[in-house]
Amino acid sequence: MKVSANTRTLGSLRPGQTCRVIGIADQGVSAEMEDRLLRMGFAEDAEIEVRHEGLFGRDPMAVKVDGVILALRRREADTILVEVDTPK
Amino acid sequence: MTPGAAYRLALVGNPNCGKSALFNALTGGRQKVGNYPGVTVERRVGRLQTPSGIAIDIIDLPGSYSLTPHSADEAVTNKVILGQQEGELPPDAILCVVDATSLAFHLPLVLELKRLGRPMLVTLNMMDLAERDGIRIDTAALARELGLPVVGSVAVRKAGTRDLIDTLSSTLETLKSQPPADTASIPTDVRGLRREARRIALAAILSEGREHKVTRVLDRIFLHRLAGPAILFGLLFLMFQAVFSWAETPMNWIDESIVGLQTLASSEITNPALQSLLVDGILAGVGSVVIFLPQILILFLFILVLEASGYMARAAFLMDRLMAGVGLNGRAFIPLLSSFACAIPGIMAARSIDSQRDRLTTIMVAPLMTCSARLPVYTLIIAAFIPDRKIWGTIGLQGLVMFSLYVFGIVAALVVAAVLKRTLMRGAAQPLLLELPKYQMPIWRDVAIGLWERAKIFMRRAGGIILISMIVLWALSSFPPPPPDATQPPIYYSAAAWVGKGLQTVFAPIGFNWEISVALIPGLAAREVAVAALGTVYALSGSEDAVATSLVETLRSAWTLPTALSFLMWYVFAPQCLSTLAVAKRETNSWGWTFFMAGYLFALAYVFAGATYWITKSIVGL
Repeated sequence: MKVSANTRTLGSLRPGQTCRVIGIADQGVSAEMEDRLLRMGFAEDAEIEVRHEGLFGRDPMAVKVDGVILALRRREADTILVEVDTPK
Repeated sequence: MTPGAAYRLALVGNPNCGKSALFNALTGGRQKVGNYPGVTVERRVGRLQTPSGIAIDIIDLPGSYSLTPHSADEAVTNKVILGQQEGELPPDAILCVVDATSLAFHLPLVLELKRLGRPMLVTLNMMDLAERDGIRIDTAALARELGLPVVGSVAVRKAGTRDLIDTLSSTLETLKSQPPADTASIPTDVRGLRREARRIALAAILSEGREHKVTRVLDRIFLHRLAGPAILFGLLFLMFQAVFSWAETPMNWIDESIVGLQTLASSEITNPALQSLLVDGILAGVGSVVIFLPQILILFLFILVLEASGYMARAAFLMDRLMAGVGLNGRAFIPLLSSFACAIPGIMAARSIDSQRDRLTTIMVAPLMTCSARLPVYTLIIAAFIPDRKIWGTIGLQGLVMFSLYVFGIVAALVVAAVLKRTLMRGAAQPLLLELPKYQMPIWRDVAIGLWERAKIFMRRAGGIILISMIVLWALSSFPPPPPDATQPPIYYSAAAWVGKGLQTVFAPIGFNWEISVALIPGLAAREVAVAALGTVYALSGSEDAVATSLVETLRSAWTLPTALSFLMWYVFAPQCLSTLAVAKRETNSWGWTFFMAGYLFALAYVFAGATYWITKSIVGL
C-alpha cells in the first residue's frame, strides 16, 4: 500500500471528487466485510467517483465504481483508503 | 438422462442483471413458485418449450454477487449449482446472466461459476441498453477469453430471446458432456478474480460507451439532499391516496356483486340453516375479505413499478439514515413499506436483508405497520364514534384520527425495533452496501406477472383460512339452538356466547363487552373478519330492526366512546392474523420467534387498549 500526502479515506470525500483505491484499512474491518467490499469493486486501483450524499450527516454516500453505482455508509467508506485525484 | 425428461437449466446472475425479466421472457406464464425446504428462499421454476421440440426446465436462482455465501439466498444458489440442495435435482447446465452494460462488475461471478467445472454458457443481457449507451462488445472475443459459449439476448423484447433459445436447443446436449476446460487458471481470491475480470472485459469491450444519461440526470434529482426526500414522501403520499381513491369504484363493484349473490341465495335457498350459513356465514365473511383485493393490488402495483424502475433502491438510500437511528439499514424500508399493504409480503420481502439479526427485527415489527386489513375496522369505528367535522376549518377530524393511527403504528414499529436491536438482537451495526441499478422503464409483462402472483396468494387466503373460520364462527353462534322458552336472542344461548363470556373476564378491564370478545375469535383469522364478525354477532343478537340498522348505528348505541377507542388501539397492536403468524413461523423457521411476536404484540395491545380505555373514561367522565 503506497501511502502519500494525497491519501484520504473514501469517507472523507464529497460529491464531485474522484479518487483511486489504494487499499482497505488493516483494522476496523471484519474479514467478511473486506471480502464484500472487494467483491463490490473497492479493490486496489479501482477508480471511484463520489456522486451523492444523504441529508443528515451527509450519510450514506453513493459512489460510482466499475460502471456501477453503489451506496455505502461513511463508516464503511472510512475503511477504504484512496488517493484523491487533483483537479486538472 | 431418461428419455422424455426435460433438461434442467439453472439461471444464475448478480442481482439487477435482468435475470427475472429474462426468465419471464423465456417461460412466460408457465412458472411455479415455491420454497426450498427448511430455508426461506423462493424456488422459481418454469418450462421452456423450444421450437425444435426440446423441453427445458429453467430454475431461476436468487441473485447473488458471489459464491461465497453472505446470505441464505446465496447459499441456496451455491448448493443448487453443486447439486447439494435438498428438493432440487442437480441442473444439467448453468446459464449465467451478465448485464452487458457493466461487464467488468459481473464477470467475477462468471469466473467463479466456471471454476465449479459444471457445463455452462453465458448470456449477455440488456444488449439493447448497451447499444443505446454506445457500448460495443465483441461477443466472440468474450467467448474466447472466457472459454465459454456466449450469446447476446434482450430480455425486454420477446424477439430478443430467439438467438438464446436457438443456441440452447443446439448446444445443450453437447454442453452436457463437455464441461468448460481450463478451470485451473482461474484465480481463487477476490482480488485475483477481479483482476482477471478486468482483463477479460478490456479484451472484449470494443467501445466503452458513455454513461446512461437518464440515470445520471434522474439521480441528480431523486438523490438530491433536499429534493430527494421530498420527492420520496410525495410519492408515498400519492401511493396512499391512490390506494384509497382508485380502489373505491372496484370495491363498490365487489360489494354489489356480493350483495347480489346474497339476495340470490336468500331467495333460492329455503332451508333456513343452509341459507343462514351461505348468506351470513360464507358470503358475508369471504366478501369482507375479497373486497380488499383492489387496494392490495394498487399498493403492489406501486411497489412493483418502483422496484422495476430502479427507484426502490434509491428509496432505501434515502431512508437509510432514519433506519440507522433504530439500528436497521435502508434495506429494511422496502419490507416495511410492503407491510402497509399486508404484513405477509412484507415479511417475505425481508429475505433481501443479509444480516440475520436485522431480518428478524424487521419481521418482528412488520405487523405493526398499518396493513390494509385494519382499514375496515378503523373505518367502521371512526365512522361510528368520531364526529365528522373539521378542525381549524380545513382538516377533517375523522381523517386526522385515521392518520394518527398510521403514525402510531410506524412509531411503535421504530421503537420496538430500537429496543430489540439494543437487547435481543444486539450486535455490531450492520453495514449498508447497496447497488443502485440503472433506471429502466418497467416491463409491464413482469409487473403483470407479479400482480397476478399477489392476487393468487391473497385469494387463496380468502378461500382457505378465512372461509373456514367464517363457517366455524357461524356454527358457534348458531348452535346450540335456543330453548323453546327463550327470552333472549338466540346467540345468547349459543356456544359463541359461552366463549365470549369466558373471554370477557380477561377483556373487561380494557372495556370490551362479550360481543367484542366473541368477534375477536374469528378476527384472529384476519383482522378484517372482525367487522363481519361484529355484524354477525349483532345481527344475530338483535331483533329484525337491529339487522336492518347499519352496524354503525348499532355500535353507536351499544358501545361507549372509551370502549370504541380501546378497540381501535387493540387493533393497532394485536396480531389478529393467523396468516401473518404462519408466515412468520415459515420465515423465521422458529416457533420461539413466532410465539415471541404474538406474545409481545398481544401484551402491547392489552396495555395500550387498557390505557386508552381508562384515560378516555376519566376524561369523558363515564
